[in-house]
Amino acid sequence: MNPHLTFNLVSDVHQLLAYQFMVNALQAAGIVAVTAAVVGWFMVVRAETFAGHTLSMMSFPGAAAAALAGLPLAWGYFAFCGVGALVIAGSSSRRGRPRSLGRQSAVVGMVGAGALAVGYLLLSLYGGVLESLETLLFGSIFGVTRGEVLTLAIVGVCAIAFLVVVGRPLLFASVDRSLAAAGGVPVGLLSAGFLFVLGLAVAATAQITGVLLVFALLLAPAAIARELTPRIGLGLALSVLLGLVIAWVGLGLSYFTNDPAGFFVTSIALALFAAARLARGGLAGGLRGRGAAGGRHGGGLHGLDAAGGRPDAHHGHAASLPHPAGGH
Amino acid sequence: MTAAVELTDAAVRLGGRTIWSDVDLLVPEGEFVAILGPNGAGKSTLLNVLLGLLRLDRGRAQVLGGAPGAHNERIGYLPQRRVFDAGTRVRGVDMVRLGLDGHRWGLPLPAVGRFGARSREARERVQEAIERVGAGTYAGRPIGECSGGEQQRLLIAQALVHDPRMLILDEPLDGLDLPNQAAVAALVQGICRSAGVTVLLVAHDVNPLLPYVDRVLYLAGGHAAMGPVEEVVTSDTLSGLYGAPIEVLRTTDGRLVVVGQPEAPHLHGPRHVLR
Repeated sequence: MNPHLTFNLVSDVHQLLAYQFMVNALQAAGIVAVTAAVVGWFMVVRAETFAGHTLSMMSFPGAAAAALAGLPLAWGYFAFCGVGALVIAGSSSRRGRPRSLGRQSAVVGMVGAGALAVGYLLLSLYGGVLESLETLLFGSIFGVTRGEVLTLAIVGVCAIAFLVVVGRPLLFASVDRSLAAAGGVPVGLLSAGFLFVLGLAVAATAQITGVLLVFALLLAPAAIARELTPRIGLGLALSVLLGLVIAWVGLGLSYFTNDPAGFFVTSIALALFAAARLARGGLAGGLRGRGAAGGRHGGGLHGLDAAGGRPDAHHGHAASLPHPAGGH
Repeated sequence: MTAAVELTDAAVRLGGRTIWSDVDLLVPEGEFVAILGPNGAGKSTLLNVLLGLLRLDRGRAQVLGGAPGAHNERIGYLPQRRVFDAGTRVRGVDMVRLGLDGHRWGLPLPAVGRFGARSREARERVQEAIERVGAGTYAGRPIGECSGGEQQRLLIAQALVHDPRMLILDEPLDGLDLPNQAAVAALVQGICRSAGVTVLLVAHDVNPLLPYVDRVLYLAGGHAAMGPVEEVVTSDTLSGLYGAPIEVLRTTDGRLVVVGQPEAPHLHGPRHVLR
């Protein structure tokens, strides 16, 4: 019996779960979606999207090296993404100096280029084309085994446990590094730790979506959630929910149509992101209109001036020179 | 009256260069002191010493009755001005909350269940700090969408939220327009007076602060002078500090204009490191 989509949701879900390979796929996609959504939310807050992208490229030499050594591909993914994260963390921070996104992006770019070059070399040493090169690039969700589901679950639990423990200081260090450092938060250690967890999450995601489509599950849910709300708890919850919807609906559509899962997963993510941008644009336009009518900026400020009792003698500031600099 | 800050014969060297020396400083509790001086005079360096982030090369320092850094949990610190760009999608109220418990391990989520009471108390303290700076109307918006003055008030609320005994504010007026400079200076004075909080405020320009500060510390030429504005910001005192003729003029509306002040080189300007 070929599966076919009906308007009966119960029957559709029943068809989805009819085969063990599909159950495995849905479980793996669910685990990866939740992990990627949570890690991705922090990635977006920390503006480390480029690092995430580059870490996904590390999967390529990782897979090639594993194939060459005759090991499971997943080992190669995790090993190379994890090491790549540590290289980026180690070379983009300098002791006693604040994090510089400029320096980090240069390092990240070079690590990415190096990863692809090494991957290409390993591939040619392997002697020809990896039979799963297309799978490597675009994912192989329907071939997931029980053992792989278990590995993904362990990695996912570890990544989320790490973020549960360090989430608050990590957020503090992300939005306000200097103040967090003054408050005793080990900002350098946290940032290296987060990059490592990001590497693991990327490696896990790449096994489902392939190297090229990692961002459908890593970036999209978090980016959409942050379009919709600036709240922390709500944003994380939305991100997870969106990740699950994108992953499961995408898989379901692929199952019923026989077209690639990566296409559906990514298209749904893209469509939702576009819708969220449009919705927020409309919302912001409405707010601006209201603000102009109510004079929302002026009110608070002048109220405070009056309360502070600013002497009238000092109203003359605007006409005078601010600060004398080197008169002679 | 006990001293909140006491420096005796203090000197600091950074990278082989003496930033300042022979500095004696005594700030009684509850006083509002402005720290003035040209770029590179070592104003932020002084704050780093008081926070225990930098060691003195010579002399002694005491902060809130202990070694510098020993009582940092009782200090509200506002680092040199940080601007949050429009993409910073974190609400003002969450920023203030991070000032209360951002350094603690755990999740940045509103706690539920058995942590309810503690969480409610934290929320109340955050709300109280926001009301003290008059940020109630915009604290729920993403901080990146707030104006410069609004952001600065929220950051002061963040420094205030754990009920500190002393506020250390590094250039809180920088980048604000003149009405906002006066409003923030008045706000800081109000906090100083009503709660007896000692305030050290680094500023470039003394004029917006004139009606509010008790005393000023002027750092220039590697040395410091401390006292009331009318004694320190004078031709004689500043000429002595710089070792060069400086003239201080007073305009008819009471503003002070310093003429002939050589700008120090930007060698260690911390603003360049931070941004």
